[in-house]
Amino acid sequence: MSNYLVQFNNISKFFGKVIALKDVTMKLKKGEIMCLLGDNGAGKSTLIKTLAGVHRPDEGEIIVEGKKTIFDSPKDALDMGIATVYQDLALVSLMSVTRNFFMGREPMKGPPFFKTFDIDKANKIAAERMGQIGIDVRDPSQAVGTMSGGERQCLAISRAIYFGAKVLVLDEPTSALGVHQASVVLKYIVKAASQGLAVILITHNVHHAYPVGNSFTVLNRGKSLGTYEKKDISREKLLSMMAGGEELNKLEVELQEMNRSSTN
Amino acid sequence: MSTKSKSIETKTDFNQDERLKKVSKLRLLLNRPELGALGGAILVFIFFGIVAGDTGMFSAYGVLNFLDVSANLGIIAIAAAMLMIGGEFDLSIGSMIGFAGICIAIPAIYWGWPLWMSIIFAFAMAVLVGYFNGILVVRTGLPSFIVTLAMLFILRGATLAITRLITGRTQVPGLRVLIEDDPLAWIFATDTFKWVFTWLGSMNLIALRTDGTPLATGIPPSVIWFIALAIITTWILMKTRYGNWIFASGGDKNGANNVGVPVGRVKISLFIGTAVAATIFATIQVLDAGSADTMRGTLKELEAIAAAVVGGCLLTGGYGSAIGAAFGALIFGTVSMGIFYTDVDTDWFKVFLGAMMLIAVIFNNYIRRKVTESK
Repeated sequence: MSNYLVQFNNISKFFGKVIALKDVTMKLKKGEIMCLLGDNGAGKSTLIKTLAGVHRPDEGEIIVEGKKTIFDSPKDALDMGIATVYQDLALVSLMSVTRNFFMGREPMKGPPFFKTFDIDKANKIAAERMGQIGIDVRDPSQAVGTMSGGERQCLAISRAIYFGAKVLVLDEPTSALGVHQASVVLKYIVKAASQGLAVILITHNVHHAYPVGNSFTVLNRGKSLGTYEKKDISREKLLSMMAGGEELNKLEVELQEMNRSSTN
Repeated sequence: MSTKSKSIETKTDFNQDERLKKVSKLRLLLNRPELGALGGAILVFIFFGIVAGDTGMFSAYGVLNFLDVSANLGIIAIAAAMLMIGGEFDLSIGSMIGFAGICIAIPAIYWGWPLWMSIIFAFAMAVLVGYFNGILVVRTGLPSFIVTLAMLFILRGATLAITRLITGRTQVPGLRVLIEDDPLAWIFATDTFKWVFTWLGSMNLIALRTDGTPLATGIPPSVIWFIALAIITTWILMKTRYGNWIFASGGDKNGANNVGVPVGRVKISLFIGTAVAATIFATIQVLDAGSADTMRGTLKELEAIAAAVVGGCLLTGGYGSAIGAAFGALIFGTVSMGIFYTDVDTDWFKVFLGAMMLIAVIFNNYIRRKVTESK
């Protein structure tokens, strides 16, 4: 069979009469970073939710490690190792790093019925994991609210990896960040991929995507404009495909229509 | 108590960012939710120590008196604090107290139930009311403020109507005789550590009645319940998975849901907690007074919330502490009793309560900004 870790073949999603996604295909190998590019309204959000198991695709198939699967819920996707890190990151800023890291999946100790949250172990793991990314959390009981945007993003990604993600779906991980913070996050994403994860990086920022991506899929008005290996496409070409080119095409069409209506 | 995990502790410069300036230890200490209430309690004691130190307020009898008042408020304040940390309010606590009171008294007096059965019945009703509050809030997504405000009226009205229907009046007396030999009532009605007070009396260390028995006979049950609840809830918040879920549910409902926290179940259980706490309060008071009054507990919900806020709970949820609420209740209880020992008119107590709460909210708001502020 294929050596793809995960394949999304000809995924379509309709909302009533609206075609939100049409025939989108993405294939990822281990260690690969695929960047999904698209301007606002291109269908990125719908695609993310379909990957995460929130929406069920109306057409197409999802194949994880060679097995055809259907996600009925976000939990199904998670159980198959597809972890989605949304823009809101699912972090509580008033809670500590440790408590956030293990939120909902706390390590326990003690006899049955008297199990307690093993906060020492949790602190240790959280500090260790954050240390691996190069974020020195000497005190994992500090509130997440005191961390920078980039650090929070890294925390959310690190948490997803710790809890067994094989495929990471990252929704605009760099959109709210400054240049330096964004580069920290991107560096971490590359590192995660080099450890054998497949990463789907959703963004509208070509400048962030191009240096880290292995392949690029451009989404426009719910349709894929194709997937390109890095060697086959330039940064400029990508940029014009996702925004500039589209705008120009539209303008051209509009001008033609105006001409036509004026000649009538 | 052990709040190590919540605190932003002293090891600063965790971050390499050179723009981050070092934070003083004092500032970091201030970030603990219960610190304000602890400081307030100490101030209150110093104040009354100076103003009323020689009036008998700090005799064994006086101390037990204000501890009893604090403990009663504390029992519901702790539950209110847990719910507030979980991101919700319960305005029906006061009405639940009145309702629980008649749930004990009417079956025991008019239907001939044994007292223990009436008490269990009252607790069962509390679980139902709490569950109903919780499921309404969770299912409809309406603000708990509105849902429980409705329940405040419904419960109080039902308490009055049912009591008048069955008894023809608004008070149900005659419970005191039933307490003796009851297998359950003693948990809510027994003074403990009597021997200590007898011994202290015999050594002439505390004030005695004319018949030679000590004036203060023992630790009232409310105080024992209060201390036990403060310890258990603090342990739950700090040391259990459920505690982490409470913080998460209040801090960010959607985020918590996304990582698998059963937010709905957590919130419903916390609503049950406030109703059960109201019933503990009611049982202790009803058995102590020997009668149930339909108006018992009026406005107690607001005092409980005030104590929780003074104790460091944020109105927006996700932050606070049970032990802080306990200190908040101690402040209110001490002042409400202590004011009798001073020359100040007791009417001023409410003014103090309001001012205290205002200061606490401003202080908490400042803390929250500090904690959530990203650099």
